Amino acid sequence: MTSHHNNAVDTYGSGHGTYKSYIIGFILSILLTILPYLIVVNHLFVHNYIIISIVILGIIQLLVQLIFFLHLSSESKPRWNLLAFLFTILVVAILVIGAIWIMNNLDYNMMH
Amino acid sequence: MHTETLSHDMENFQHEDSGSKIIFGFWIYIMSDCVLFASIFATYAVLHNNTFGGPPAKELFSMPYVLTETFILLTSSFTYGLAMLAMHKMNKKQVISWLFITFLLGASFLVMELKEFSQLINEGNAWDRSGFLSAFFTLVGTHGLHVASGLLWMTILILQVIFRGVNPTTIVKLTCLSLFWHFLDIVWIFVFTIVYLMGAI
Repeated sequence: MTSHHNNAVDTYGSGHGTYKSYIIGFILSILLTILPYLIVVNHLFVHNYIIISIVILGIIQLLVQLIFFLHLSSESKPRWNLLAFLFTILVVAILVIGAIWIMNNLDYNMMH
Repeated sequence: MHTETLSHDMENFQHEDSGSKIIFGFWIYIMSDCVLFASIFATYAVLHNNTFGGPPAKELFSMPYVLTETFILLTSSFTYGLAMLAMHKMNKKQVISWLFITFLLGASFLVMELKEFSQLINEGNAWDRSGFLSAFFTLVGTHGLHVASGLLWMTILILQVIFRGVNPTTIVKLTCLSLFWHFLDIVWIFVFTIVYLMGAI
């Protein structure tokens, strides 16, 4: 009975973590918060490099959280969660880039 | 006797199956919530320079305050993870205490956010001040609303675990809330980077 229960817990959801993975994820996410904060507050680089570096650190932070907290990488096959997530990224990218592109274009046409 | 075990197994099997379907369905809901947040982020990106003579982001926010908020939310995500580990060990007491700690962290995050809002409003920088502030309040407010509903859900779930223990039903619910809670943490990372860090440059 107990083993069956454990089994039930394992099959629910999309993979789960261990103490180690949660602690690694937590430490990494704290570091990836402090680092961009220090870069911005102390103006470590020129303007453009600051933006690029905090965007890159933000994306790494996203990956850390997806892997260590949401366990997207240890999902059992077929990986429907990952597939749905990748499709969402595509939709989000079209939405955000498209909106900014259109609105900037509109702004440009209004000003000139 | 044999058929009884078989039907019992079938029942278990179907239950397990519907459990993972519920969790997958909830994941799809979260993905649609991503699209909602993406729209609000796009709106913010378009409007963030339209201050209409009002204060820009740089003059409004206290960075150490926002960093504290971020740490609190990150820690709450971690403690929810510990609640999930306790759930896998079927340890009811630990599940309840980690959930309670997560609730307290989430509640203090929300209180800090509301304090920031009330301060902005008292200084005359409410959502009607400029396009930038409308977008700011919509974005951060929507995130805050999600955190508030997560806290409400967590309260109900803590009570359910207290009265019914860790069973297949509460396991599915705990897993759904864990996805929701980690998702809110990820959205906040984007708010922190795009609104606060980029605003402070």
